[in-house]
Amino acid sequence: MAEELTWKDLEVGNIITEAGNASFRKTGDWRTERPILDKEKCIKCALCWMYCPDAAIKPSEEGYYEADLHYCKGCGICASICPAEAIKMIEEEEK
Amino acid sequence: MSRRTALEASHAVAEAVRMADVDVIAAYPITPQTHIPERLAEMVADGELTAAYIPVESEHSALSTCLGSVAVGARTFTATAGQGLELMHEVVYVASSMRYPVVMAVCNRALSAPLSVWGDHSDAMAVRDTSWIQVFCQNGQEAFDLTLWAFRVGEDSKVLFPVMVHLDGFTLSHVTEPVILPEQSEVDRFLPIFQYPFALNPDKPMTHGAFGPPEIYSETKLAQEVAFRNSKEVILRGWKEFGDIFDRYYHPVEEYKTGNAETLLLTMGAYTETAKIVIDERRDKGEAIGLISLRLWRPFPFEEFRRTVKGAKLLIAFDRCVSFGMGGPVFSEIRSALYDEEPRPKVVSIIGGLGGRDMSEEDFDYVIDRGKEIAKKGPDRMLETVGIR
Repeated sequence: MAEELTWKDLEVGNIITEAGNASFRKTGDWRTERPILDKEKCIKCALCWMYCPDAAIKPSEEGYYEADLHYCKGCGICASICPAEAIKMIEEEEK
Repeated sequence: MSRRTALEASHAVAEAVRMADVDVIAAYPITPQTHIPERLAEMVADGELTAAYIPVESEHSALSTCLGSVAVGARTFTATAGQGLELMHEVVYVASSMRYPVVMAVCNRALSAPLSVWGDHSDAMAVRDTSWIQVFCQNGQEAFDLTLWAFRVGEDSKVLFPVMVHLDGFTLSHVTEPVILPEQSEVDRFLPIFQYPFALNPDKPMTHGAFGPPEIYSETKLAQEVAFRNSKEVILRGWKEFGDIFDRYYHPVEEYKTGNAETLLLTMGAYTETAKIVIDERRDKGEAIGLISLRLWRPFPFEEFRRTVKGAKLLIAFDRCVSFGMGGPVFSEIRSALYDEEPRPKVVSIIGGLGGRDMSEEDFDYVIDRGKEIAKKGPDRMLETVGIR
């Protein structure tokens, strides 16, 4: 998005007049590891959702909590906080 | 009716701020700026000015507070000097890059070390690249006028840049001068209410101060530079409007007896008035000499400067600052500004008046004589100075 803007398109002082547009920015591509959820172990306690520093974990319709990889930076806090050891971090290159 | 009175230049600045009806003042006292915030604090305490006076714990906080204040659309003033301006430094850049039109008086002071509370232009030169509009005052009247003008120009929706009004520490800030104070109705005619177009408002959320990754940072800097240079149109219009109402006209480059001058002396700030006496004496003796003074320091008035010095054979630049490893900062800039001109005067550099060292008429006589000598024979030392043992 930003790549398409020229200097003439910028608002005075680079103010962003549209609130909340950071959500359009894909920040998950900084990641080197990603969390994998084992649904068989998950107890749906929502601790990972609470602890995620980037609000990248969202509840699914079935009541599980899964990382939105558009934003997830792969910090691993969810994996380390999970009491059921249901979240594992794997290298980004791994399938 | 305007009235003529005697005011310390610092108090003339405070009076201009009062008549501009500012909303917020955030300042930290530092010599030689102290009399400005002190007088404003009195005005607020006595009910002469209705404004939020925010005492802060440092200059860094003073300017940061001012940014928040402008962000909600409040007319905002601060003042500082020397080390205070240095402590503010990172916020100085933020103010202009975010296009927050704070007005700041700077009572120019030398920079430590050694510790000096006295005047020179080191503090001003250290912030020359920050895209604040910067002007220099020669006397108390100008301190009043340019402070008032600063709000008019900085807050213009076509400008939205902060403005620094430089007045020399002690040699101007603490001197009592005759000042003509206008009627409030005249001030109101000159200075409209500040209408900041992006004032923070919970009903219409927006983001001020987002980060700029590599794919956009360069574009922001080009936009800033173009807008900053284009501010000159409003700077000039502001001075025209000011003159039409108050009958005192200002120019980016002030000239004094420049007609047919072969030699020009260039000064900035209060010592310009001392230098004028020397120019008078020399003109009386038939010397073809004149004086120019840079009123507008940023954005640099290339066009007016080149036009003014056209025809002169010699330009002597008097700097009150050393750019270490380079020389006089004003000198190096004006010489660069003339490089592509044909014909152009020879430009020589002399540095003096550092850290409050007095510049007498005799000293300016020396500057001119020595400047002519250097022009003929070239400099014979690393740094040409006046009055240094």
